[in-house]
Amino acid sequence: MKDVVLEHITKSYNKGAVRAVEDVSLEVDKGELFGLIGPDGAGKTSIFRILTTLLLADSGSAAVHGFDVVKDFRAIRSRVGYMPGRFSLYQDLTVEENLSFFATVFNTSIQENYDLIKDIYEHIEPFKKRRAGKLSGGMKQKLALCCALIHRPEVLFLDEPTTGVDAVSRKEFWGMLRRLKEQGITILVSTPYMDEATLCERIALIQNGRIMSVETPDNIIASYPHALYAIRSENMNALLHDLRRAGEVASSHSFGDHHHITFRAGGEEAVQQNLLQRLREAGHRELSLQPIRPTIEDCFIQQMPA
Amino acid sequence: MRTLRFLLQKEFLQIFRNKIILRIIVVLPVMQLLILPLAADYEIKNIRISIVDHDRSAYSRQLINNIVASGYFSINDYSAAFEQSFEEFQKDHSDLILEIPARFEADIANQKGSEVLIALNAINGVKASVGSTYLSRIIGAFNADIRFRDLPQPRYPAVAAIEVVPQFWYNPLMKYRVFMVPGILVMLVTAMASFMCALNIVKEKEGGTIEQINVTPIRKYHFILAKLIPFWVIGMFVFTLGLLGVARLVYGIVPVGSLLTLYAFLAVYLVAMLGVGLIISTYSATQQQSMSLAFFFMMIFILMGGLFTPVDSMPEWAQWIARANPVAYFIEVVRLVVLKGSSFYDIRGHFLVITGMALFFNVWAVWNYRKTS
Repeated sequence: MKDVVLEHITKSYNKGAVRAVEDVSLEVDKGELFGLIGPDGAGKTSIFRILTTLLLADSGSAAVHGFDVVKDFRAIRSRVGYMPGRFSLYQDLTVEENLSFFATVFNTSIQENYDLIKDIYEHIEPFKKRRAGKLSGGMKQKLALCCALIHRPEVLFLDEPTTGVDAVSRKEFWGMLRRLKEQGITILVSTPYMDEATLCERIALIQNGRIMSVETPDNIIASYPHALYAIRSENMNALLHDLRRAGEVASSHSFGDHHHITFRAGGEEAVQQNLLQRLREAGHRELSLQPIRPTIEDCFIQQMPA
Repeated sequence: MRTLRFLLQKEFLQIFRNKIILRIIVVLPVMQLLILPLAADYEIKNIRISIVDHDRSAYSRQLINNIVASGYFSINDYSAAFEQSFEEFQKDHSDLILEIPARFEADIANQKGSEVLIALNAINGVKASVGSTYLSRIIGAFNADIRFRDLPQPRYPAVAAIEVVPQFWYNPLMKYRVFMVPGILVMLVTAMASFMCALNIVKEKEGGTIEQINVTPIRKYHFILAKLIPFWVIGMFVFTLGLLGVARLVYGIVPVGSLLTLYAFLAVYLVAMLGVGLIISTYSATQQQSMSLAFFFMMIFILMGGLFTPVDSMPEWAQWIARANPVAYFIEVVRLVVLKGSSFYDIRGHFLVITGMALFFNVWAVWNYRKTS
């Protein structure tokens, strides 16, 4: 069964001047951990808001857990959990008060679904008498996740849950999501961090309101059409400049301490040696060139319309 | 109902947790009711006067004595030339110049009559007009006095003079405070209820919590009711605190009319003002915006509400605006019921209008709330 279905959804703002979502179609299976991967302003939040019935699409249809987002919005609201990108709980209420408030408005109690949030809540329980506004970023996010889960939702929408969170908490957070998935909850998560994409079962790469591809991370990487190489030297700036002028190099992008490049002709040994030779002559030292496995970010850049 | 109960619980928890709001609810009304009626007083004293006396006679001295003895004036300077006093006047050291001509005494004694000149600094219009009225009265009394005492009496009065003796009903001593306290109380209740309500709703918008609420089964009317009810209760509380607490204990104002009538009107009035708050909240996205809007409305409500200047003395077009001002109706009703003892039947017109306003504002607010979300 498909838990989230989007069909040709389009949404624009300012009377059509800003096209946030363009003809997006998407299906998420029940119990799947699905990632929407894209940079800021790609339209991720608009898609989330349409699915959580906070925003009406201009055209197209969408359904969550079999309910139409327009006709059956009430049914959806009692069955989904939504964690907006911005911390949106009551800062002047304590951790416990926030949680029990959201439990009661869903007609349930903390005790009833405690098993679901136990793993997460244990982290913040020592601070349950503290006001939510006084929590650290990672703890705020855990509290928000608890509040989104307290009514045992069928589908969980997490809009950039790891933005602005430290590396350790991020890792912890993805661990929690995997355990939630084991409980059978469908999870739709968005993130601008490409390295988190591989933690999802399937991902949609999204850019400028359009979906570029929907696949498992492995398949996306496998479908990368070129051989990819990592190259480095002493002077990385000059290297990038020289690479962009070299005729045989099809693409070159800076990736941390390496540049990732692809060759036009396919990259035979001879072409590579020729390039290295020319770079050496141009004054580059400590040159190294190795074939590498593409990352999601490479795939994203490759799929981006020029 | 269950949802509403939890929402109300949450609202009160938040209100009582906010120390500043608590103080605003309890301390501020008391403070303002203690200070404002005493400070905002139309009885103007300490009018600074410059006197130019060209005559320096017994009469002119007596007139000056009378002016000082009235208690309203303090003499700033006493000079022999108008220019000298005018300089003081320009430096804003004095509010008023009284010039007594040379031959003042002689002309009066010869029954020729005399003229004095009063120059007023009209920058503070109230002070100028009140000062000139006081001064004219003193001079008039002085005039009558010397005619009676020093001048030969005609056998029959030449003109039968009509003397007016005012009698102040409902406020026998014409105490300004008695008149002001109910008005200020109305302003407090208004500000408290509607604008705190508006700010509270906008706070949820600004903090993004409204998004979180919107993805729960909470219905919109639950949310709105949960916002209105606490501030309705607070409005009732503040009014009671002001009327039965400060007004009665400090100013000794005991409502002449029935409390039931007053509270029946207050109940509907609060619904109307909460509607205004709701309208403000639907039109603003941030607390800053709603604050500015609220301030704008508050200014109009106060200045066109008949608190400081009677609505009847406004120009025709302004009276029309005042007629659309809910505050004006409530100030009038409070004064009528508290001071005059009007019954519900007497204020039925006001009651009808405020009920209409309550409906109008709330329907507008809900209509706009639907449209924007």
